[in-house]
Amino acid sequence: MSLLSLENLTVTRGDRRVLDGVTLSVGQGEFVGLIGPNGAGKTTLLRAALGLLPHGGRSSLSALPLASRARQAAFLPQSRDIAWPVTVETVVALGRAPHGAKGSEAAVTRALDRMDLAPFRHRPATDLSGGEQARVLIARALAQDTPLLLADEPVAGLDPAAQLRTMQVFAALAAEGRAVIASIHDLGLAALHCTRLVLLQHGRIAADGPARDVLTDDLLSRVFGVRGFHADTPDGPVFQPLATTR
Amino acid sequence: MTGDRLLLPALSLLLVALFAASLLIGPAALGLRESLLALFTGQGGPVVLVMQEIRLPRAILGLCVGAVLGLSGAAMQGFLRNPLAEPGLIGVSSAAALGAVISLQTGLAAAFALALPLAALAGAGVSVLLVLWMAGPRGGALALILAGIAISALAGAFTSLILNLSPNPFAVMEIVYWMMGSLSDRSMTHVWLAVPFMAAGCALLLMTGRSLDALTLGEDAARSLGVDLRRLRLLIVLGTAAAVGASVAVAGAIGFVGLVIPHLLRPFCGGRPSRLLPASALGGAAMLLASDIAVRIIAPDQDLKLGVLTALVGAPFFLHLLWRMRGVEA
Repeated sequence: MSLLSLENLTVTRGDRRVLDGVTLSVGQGEFVGLIGPNGAGKTTLLRAALGLLPHGGRSSLSALPLASRARQAAFLPQSRDIAWPVTVETVVALGRAPHGAKGSEAAVTRALDRMDLAPFRHRPATDLSGGEQARVLIARALAQDTPLLLADEPVAGLDPAAQLRTMQVFAALAAEGRAVIASIHDLGLAALHCTRLVLLQHGRIAADGPARDVLTDDLLSRVFGVRGFHADTPDGPVFQPLATTR
Repeated sequence: MTGDRLLLPALSLLLVALFAASLLIGPAALGLRESLLALFTGQGGPVVLVMQEIRLPRAILGLCVGAVLGLSGAAMQGFLRNPLAEPGLIGVSSAAALGAVISLQTGLAAAFALALPLAALAGAGVSVLLVLWMAGPRGGALALILAGIAISALAGAFTSLILNLSPNPFAVMEIVYWMMGSLSDRSMTHVWLAVPFMAAGCALLLMTGRSLDALTLGEDAARSLGVDLRRLRLLIVLGTAAAVGASVAVAGAIGFVGLVIPHLLRPFCGGRPSRLLPASALGGAAMLLASDIAVRIIAPDQDLKLGVLTALVGAPFFLHLLWRMRGVEA
């Protein structure tokens, strides 16, 4: 079943098309890695799909009223700014806002455990390190407990263990029958964990499919300007960029 | 934390004590028993007049103006996600002051007792329409601040122009004194005029707590949690305009309460904007009542202005808070 469908989604800034007619359907069980060089339109795609940006075309999410949208999709923005010294628990509990009070305690505890944050529960979130705060915000999005999760660079700035854990948690969400769309710069992590990669270039989809079809030498050189090392390992496909090609 | 739960009852108790003290302290040396008797039973001749027509409106206005300033300061800081925000930031205070200054300069205020507060309310109303129009249809905070700063500057410039061109030095003095902010010589008429606007404004502001909590994580995160930012901005702007406009109309410009009180109480509320709102209302009321008692005690014969005292106490206190914050962040 499709959880998100985008039809001809277009965003213009001035007279430039930042997003140029993206059509995409994401169904249950998919963990989509949104990849592409800086400025390709990854963040714009996520924000427009959520209705956070004025856009042309259609998004099944932005067509929903605000309240039901918040129960359908959680969003993890790129900015990790927590304005006030609230506790970790308070931040994570904000994810329950769209649901009223029911089931809050259990969902918050579960989200904290998933991101390995139980010991931080009562500490002010602003006292934590940047990477720890990022994990708190991921837990907040998990606590929202939605069929769909859109995450903008969720693993940037995390240590290797936290990066792997985040990707594993997202893969597990997909395996539960939800869907996750995460923009990600680490092609190796994307190749290893995502069920599907969507490659953006100049606001258009340049490739869409499993990692071995998207991370081809030709596309990597043409879109990213890199070449690298591929291998199939027992843990999954591995990719390591080695050199620039231009 | 237990501090959280005790905060509101403790502030309420403090407030009751300060309200009583405000009723009992003044230049006319009245006994406790005769004061209370006069206030509640209307018996005791001239004492009744002092209590019901002078001290009661002063205490009520002190309570309400302080609550409004504390609450709107907390709401504004929450909305703009910035601890340096204060209620005057959207231009309402300056515009209300300009309205009052025009009524003083034209002599309307002298001809008709309610002309000044009504002109101030009109100024606040005009500024809100301008701010909302200039800030545009989307719910962003930055456009609102910039529009507010522009309107503050414009209203301030007109006020200076009026002072500059005023042919009458006495009018200038009257305007300058009025702008310092005071609660002396207010009547129950002022109370009846201002309190409905303040109550309506506070009701709007108290509705914003949950949205402000979500806004802790930024505008995108708040919207994805179902917060309608345009509605939130409308509540904040209209609530602040009604409440602060009415407060400037009856008390003049009183600074620092809206800035210092939320800052001071935030640690006791676990940083949560929704808890800070009611706490700041109580705290602001307590600070203003205490200051208004202090001006009567410090200089009983000199008419020390309330706004001068709150700034004199508030600014160094604020510096102290910043100093401590600097130590934590370093």
